[in-house]
Amino acid sequence: MKQQDLASLQMYPLGDAAVVLQFGDTIATETHNLVRSFATYLQLHPFRGLIEFVPAFTTVTVYYNPWILAEQDTLSPYERIQVLMLDMLRHLKKESQVYTSREVNIPVCYGGKFGPDLAYVANHNHLTPEEVIAIHTSGSYQVYMIGFAPGFPYLGGLDERIAAPRKKTPRAVIPAGSVGIAGRQTGIYPIQTPGGWQLIGCTPLALFNPNRKQPSLLQAGDTVKFVAITPDEFKQRKELHVH
Amino acid sequence: MSIKILKPGLLSTIQDEGRYGYQKDGMVVSGAMDKIALRIANLLVGNAPHSAALEITLLGPQLYFDADHLIAVTGANLSPTIDGQPIKLWRPTLVKKGAILAFGTPVLGCRSYVAIAGGYAVPEVLGSFATYLRAGIGGYKGRALQADDILNVNEPDARLTTYWRELELPERTGNYNQATWSPAPELYPTYEENPTIRAVKGPEYELFAESDLTHFRTEKYLVKSESDRMGYRLQGSPLSLTEPKELLSSAVTFGTVQVPPQGQPIVLMADHQTTGGYPRVAQVITADLPKLAQVQPGKYITFEEVTLEKAQQLYMQQEQKLEQLEWALQIKMKL
Repeated sequence: MKQQDLASLQMYPLGDAAVVLQFGDTIATETHNLVRSFATYLQLHPFRGLIEFVPAFTTVTVYYNPWILAEQDTLSPYERIQVLMLDMLRHLKKESQVYTSREVNIPVCYGGKFGPDLAYVANHNHLTPEEVIAIHTSGSYQVYMIGFAPGFPYLGGLDERIAAPRKKTPRAVIPAGSVGIAGRQTGIYPIQTPGGWQLIGCTPLALFNPNRKQPSLLQAGDTVKFVAITPDEFKQRKELHVH
Repeated sequence: MSIKILKPGLLSTIQDEGRYGYQKDGMVVSGAMDKIALRIANLLVGNAPHSAALEITLLGPQLYFDADHLIAVTGANLSPTIDGQPIKLWRPTLVKKGAILAFGTPVLGCRSYVAIAGGYAVPEVLGSFATYLRAGIGGYKGRALQADDILNVNEPDARLTTYWRELELPERTGNYNQATWSPAPELYPTYEENPTIRAVKGPEYELFAESDLTHFRTEKYLVKSESDRMGYRLQGSPLSLTEPKELLSSAVTFGTVQVPPQGQPIVLMADHQTTGGYPRVAQVITADLPKLAQVQPGKYITFEEVTLEKAQQLYMQQEQKLEQLEWALQIKMKL
């Protein structure tokens, strides 16, 4: 991490038990890399009084226990957490190690009942369904954050050539694992919910499983690639979804 | 040892202090709405404060005890009775085999907690017993209790025996006996029908119009009937931004007051989503979350702005009180 990287850093409280570190104002690769590095550093170097942290597009929110942070000194818990965070950023800056991003392949069965809107997305963009699949599988997508629902990844990097508007009337039920497009976003529904995304396919993988040590298949900072599979392969690889 | 649910009540779920460590996976924290009442209920029966207890809402359940149990009811006063006799809240209570705990008219508050010595035997999911209803995770089969459910209870701490016998003593009449003491009232939260709720400025406070903020700080807001464990929808003086601004999603937490474009604020509660994109005008202080959790739909709250320093002082005072209570109870219960 370089000195100038932190020039735009802002630190502010989210109430009396959380502090927000904001590394930038827009969705940008450099900002995302700072978020990812800081989150990884926290994961590897937890401090006493840390409850948990939540990385997002430009921020890492750190939840702490003020009672524990106030134990040893005269600083207020918020003053103490600021000192701790600045210390961590200083250490992080010195570390030569670059936290590399994990690459995760997501198998997707495109079209048919798995992706009922594939034809719409193709028509909308004057492409054939095969071209849509080729473009979708050739991209590499950044997981900016997990939120909205358990295991739901906010993915960046959709090719504009296959962007499509949301459905005017949302579907009452979208099956878990559905891969969709909404505007310039692509995403995967981890649990069955209502929703207005154009569905182009479905993955047999469970994006969220509370019985796994790491319940969310994807983590902020991962890079995702979609791989086309056949309906038979889908059946073979089908994992149980929670609801 | 178990409890049979005769009637489930409006919404009865197993909760603990919450499921922490997985918000980065998008996993909701859940846990008790009134964490202080939950912790005290547990302490009163000799459990660790973070043990699982039953959270009941407005209209309570009817529970049948198939063995002798040590229980405590804390939080809202929902008119608890044992075999038809009114019982006191915030007190260790020995119930005999065959006793029935029931609830009547809600008097004050919204959520009551029933802790039991040994704790409820439900599987731990991601380090917590809390029920997250929307995803069907944790607690009793991931859902609210239903009639005829059987809730198993763990074996209580053997060190409780001495205290337990004391409660058996004098001439117990009927199917229960309550301790003659309860913690000093200043050690547990006090509830009001229409409370003032203290809050610090939220991260986007400065983006709101000053005149709107003045109303926000002084006028009362109705807690609408659509309010639930996820959030309280408020109705009152609307808030608007001085200029439109698209925000990028970031973390939100229990007590975050966010304002959707229509201008009516929502206070996020125990089942809040992990991230959100609405501007956050305020953040309710931790020490006032129990009071907020006890406001019934249809009642009003008024916000009062306090400094972060003050909020953290109140946080520590609350923890200090609980620590005092824990010590006092350990002596009393000979743990």
